[in-house]
Amino acid sequence: MTENLLLTIAFAPLVGSIIAGLFGKQVGKVWSHRAAIAGVATAFVLSVWVLKLVAVDGQTYNEQVYQWLQAGSLSLEIGFMVDALTAMMMVVVTFVSLMVHIYTIGYMQEDNGYARFFSYISLFTFAMLMLVMANNFMQLFFGWEAVGLVSYLLIGFWYKKPTAIYANLKAFLVNRVGDFGFLLGISGVLMYAGSLDYVEVFAQAPAISEKTIAIFSGHDWSVMSLICILLFIGAMGKSAQVPLHVWLPDSMEGPTPISALIHAATMVTAGIFMVTRMSPLFEFSETALSFILVIGAITALFMGFLGLIQNDIKRVIAYSTLSQLGYMTVALGASAYAAGVFHLMTHAFFKALLFLGAGSVIIAMHHEQDIRKMGGLKKYMPITYWTGLIGSLALIGFPGLAGFFSKDSIIEAVHASNLPGSGFAYFAVIVGVFITALYSFRLFFLVFHGKERFDTHGGHLPHESPAVVTVPLILLAIPSVIAGYLIGSMVFGDFFGNAIIVHADHDVLAHHAESYHGVIGFVLHGLTALPFWLAMAGVATAYYLYLVKPELPAKIQQRFQWLHRLLDNKYGFDDFNQIVFAGGSRKIGQLLWKVGDQTIIDGAVVNGTAKTVGLASKLVRHVQSGYLYHYAFAMIIGLWLLLTYFVV
Amino acid sequence: MIALSDFLILGALLFSLSVAGIFINRKNIIILLMCIELMLLAVNLNFIAFSHYSGDIAGQVFVFFILTVAAAEAAIGLAILVVLFRNKHTINVAELNKLKG
Amino acid sequence: MEQIVFYCFASILLFAGAMVVTVRNPVRAALFLILAFFTSAGIWLLLEAEFLAMTLVLVYVGAVMVLFLFVVMMLDIDLAPLEEGFAKYLPLGIFVAALITIEMIAVLGASHFGLDIVSAPIPHPEGYSNTKEIGLLLYTVYVYPFEIASVILTVAIVAAITLTLREKKSKSQNISEQIKVKAKDRVRIVKMESVKKQEAES
Repeated sequence: MTENLLLTIAFAPLVGSIIAGLFGKQVGKVWSHRAAIAGVATAFVLSVWVLKLVAVDGQTYNEQVYQWLQAGSLSLEIGFMVDALTAMMMVVVTFVSLMVHIYTIGYMQEDNGYARFFSYISLFTFAMLMLVMANNFMQLFFGWEAVGLVSYLLIGFWYKKPTAIYANLKAFLVNRVGDFGFLLGISGVLMYAGSLDYVEVFAQAPAISEKTIAIFSGHDWSVMSLICILLFIGAMGKSAQVPLHVWLPDSMEGPTPISALIHAATMVTAGIFMVTRMSPLFEFSETALSFILVIGAITALFMGFLGLIQNDIKRVIAYSTLSQLGYMTVALGASAYAAGVFHLMTHAFFKALLFLGAGSVIIAMHHEQDIRKMGGLKKYMPITYWTGLIGSLALIGFPGLAGFFSKDSIIEAVHASNLPGSGFAYFAVIVGVFITALYSFRLFFLVFHGKERFDTHGGHLPHESPAVVTVPLILLAIPSVIAGYLIGSMVFGDFFGNAIIVHADHDVLAHHAESYHGVIGFVLHGLTALPFWLAMAGVATAYYLYLVKPELPAKIQQRFQWLHRLLDNKYGFDDFNQIVFAGGSRKIGQLLWKVGDQTIIDGAVVNGTAKTVGLASKLVRHVQSGYLYHYAFAMIIGLWLLLTYFVV
Repeated sequence: MIALSDFLILGALLFSLSVAGIFINRKNIIILLMCIELMLLAVNLNFIAFSHYSGDIAGQVFVFFILTVAAAEAAIGLAILVVLFRNKHTINVAELNKLKG
Repeated sequence: MEQIVFYCFASILLFAGAMVVTVRNPVRAALFLILAFFTSAGIWLLLEAEFLAMTLVLVYVGAVMVLFLFVVMMLDIDLAPLEEGFAKYLPLGIFVAALITIEMIAVLGASHFGLDIVSAPIPHPEGYSNTKEIGLLLYTVYVYPFEIASVILTVAIVAAITLTLREKKSKSQNISEQIKVKAKDRVRIVKMESVKKQEAES
């Protein structure tokens, strides 16, 4: 593995992005997408090569490429760290990105911002690669912010649509909250470790974990817990964990390929990746792990509920993404980093598949996204139907498909965990399985089965999407099926090697690995376990409610009006933010404006000075009568007083 | 023999007279100027008396300077008075309150 | 003898001073002021300050007081409004003056500056020149103040002239302006209808 190889991987998409973005008009649509796709394809092929070098030949790489600046003992560098975790992420990112690039040719065909779109997604690929390949916090933060920027640009891609602008602003602001925590966490690392380099920081982790800090006097806090929780707050923003999840559903305002690439498969998993990368730090803080566990469990369960009542095809999948991110976070909290990352990988494939499938449906429906106006699409769109079925089954964890392996290993890991909150987390993930199956197949049945409720636009029947759309679907369906078979080496084997460090007393996967006897055994065991039957129950419920008795859901909705309203309001997070944070800061602003600025500064300080001078002058001016003899009197009186003073 | 105190008391009386003059002639600016001259005269008398009794001629030099400055002051004061009268047709101090704040 | 002269002069001086401040007519006040200057010149002679006594008479009586008289006579002053409130402020004036006098006498009286404390100086011998003594001091020790005094007088004279100078139209010819004059600057030709003619005819 050489420096040039890694630089080529990172910069090939950037070159594509620059060509498409800056010279898009000159080179035209075709050459814009060719340049972008060539860049990403190069990155993908080389990433596979790197994965082979790491996984088969056992090489790792950790070198500084360029020193940006040196100030005192602080050194800011650009460097690459490639181990199994990085290599896996690189392949996932570039693969999904490549699929989305190809798919975009079909999806964005008629859009005015065609070249701009390719420029953005290639730029995203570059930023994401920089993030995962970083060997220091500074570069990690660069990638972190760069993907946030591209996310912002892409949510607001249709910048003439007010809701899109609102959504991208919301995403930006919510991410700012998370990023602030992240930045504080990095500052904490720099303060206590004196370095930003991963290896140096990790080496000092045991020393840091002994230290305490008194933020409020009298309460000693563990520095490690503080740093880890702050870093995790960053992950909460990026990976949309409760309560910083509010931006993700709204981000669906962006074009569908983006929802697939950024807001489902890769960028939102940056938080998961980051926590996994920092496992040598997080392992020292059970408090932080417990916090992560609880947050993840809340996200996994409650965001799943919201998916049940959404009618927008993309929003259903978005809430599903939130719920699955919750699963990954739970895995991190239970110290099952490998399982979390494994789920990250499988989820990237099948969620990208589902999103692109949804996009395919949306094209066929002439940009209609309401699932109540679909139905019976099975016979018109066979490829989309079958790939969608694979994606949905993978998502609910049907034995043998990718999602089954990753989700089952997470559930088992949580079951084995004995951290505070693990009981609740176990409950959440188990119930989550049922919910996942219910909303996934509700979506699936409403879209592809049942009555045809769509408007035919004067006889135009929906038809299958072009090859540039369906080929990525098929290509993504393949890993959605087979990626799970890597469980043996990735979760229970030593694929990750030293990339992930787990303390012996939290090593829930090791305990689980003992009973692992090959893929077949795992599948067979899965068939008898509770999650499988819950998933089947979910599918059956969905079948009954939406195909056998389609009028029943409306009755249930009427019966449980309050529950529906609660879910419809998304538990009131948006309203809460709107009232407390937006309204509160407006109130504070108004207070500062009215009281601070107008009354105190303008009124008391500025005008007050003038008024005081004016008032004093008003009093003093009476002395200045202008009459000569008054002044003469004053002088004589003064003389007399002086004289008297001398005499006496 | 005349005592020093006699001269000083004479000066004091003269000074007090001019102070009283300023009070009672407060509207006529010419008389006011004359009172000031009288006051300076009283001061000069004191200077000369002290100079004589202490045998120091420097006191008389001071009187010389005071006379110089008083002459200048009288000249400018009267010039101002003339200009004032030319512009306002009065020398009544009660009407000269343009500088009122 | 000396004392008699002193008391005579002193009473005349006080009388003249009193008249200056009480008399209504400024011309008379100026004349009484001249009397006051004369008498104080006499008193200064008693104090062997001959040069200053002469200066006082020459400069004050000869120049300053004449200036006063000039001004008073030149200006056409309406005295009536100036005399208002004369009696009104008389008690206050006397009261303040008396207060100052008492206090000053308390300090300057015989108890501090009587003969028994400050003895009379020995009269200067014959041939002593007061003028020469002053001159010696003035042109040596006090030469800079002397120069400054001269500057002050110059400034005063310039200021007095500038203040009272009236810009008058000069009667001298300005040849260039006379040459530059054009006909239309002087003559305005107005065209009129000959309307009046008809009336005259009819």
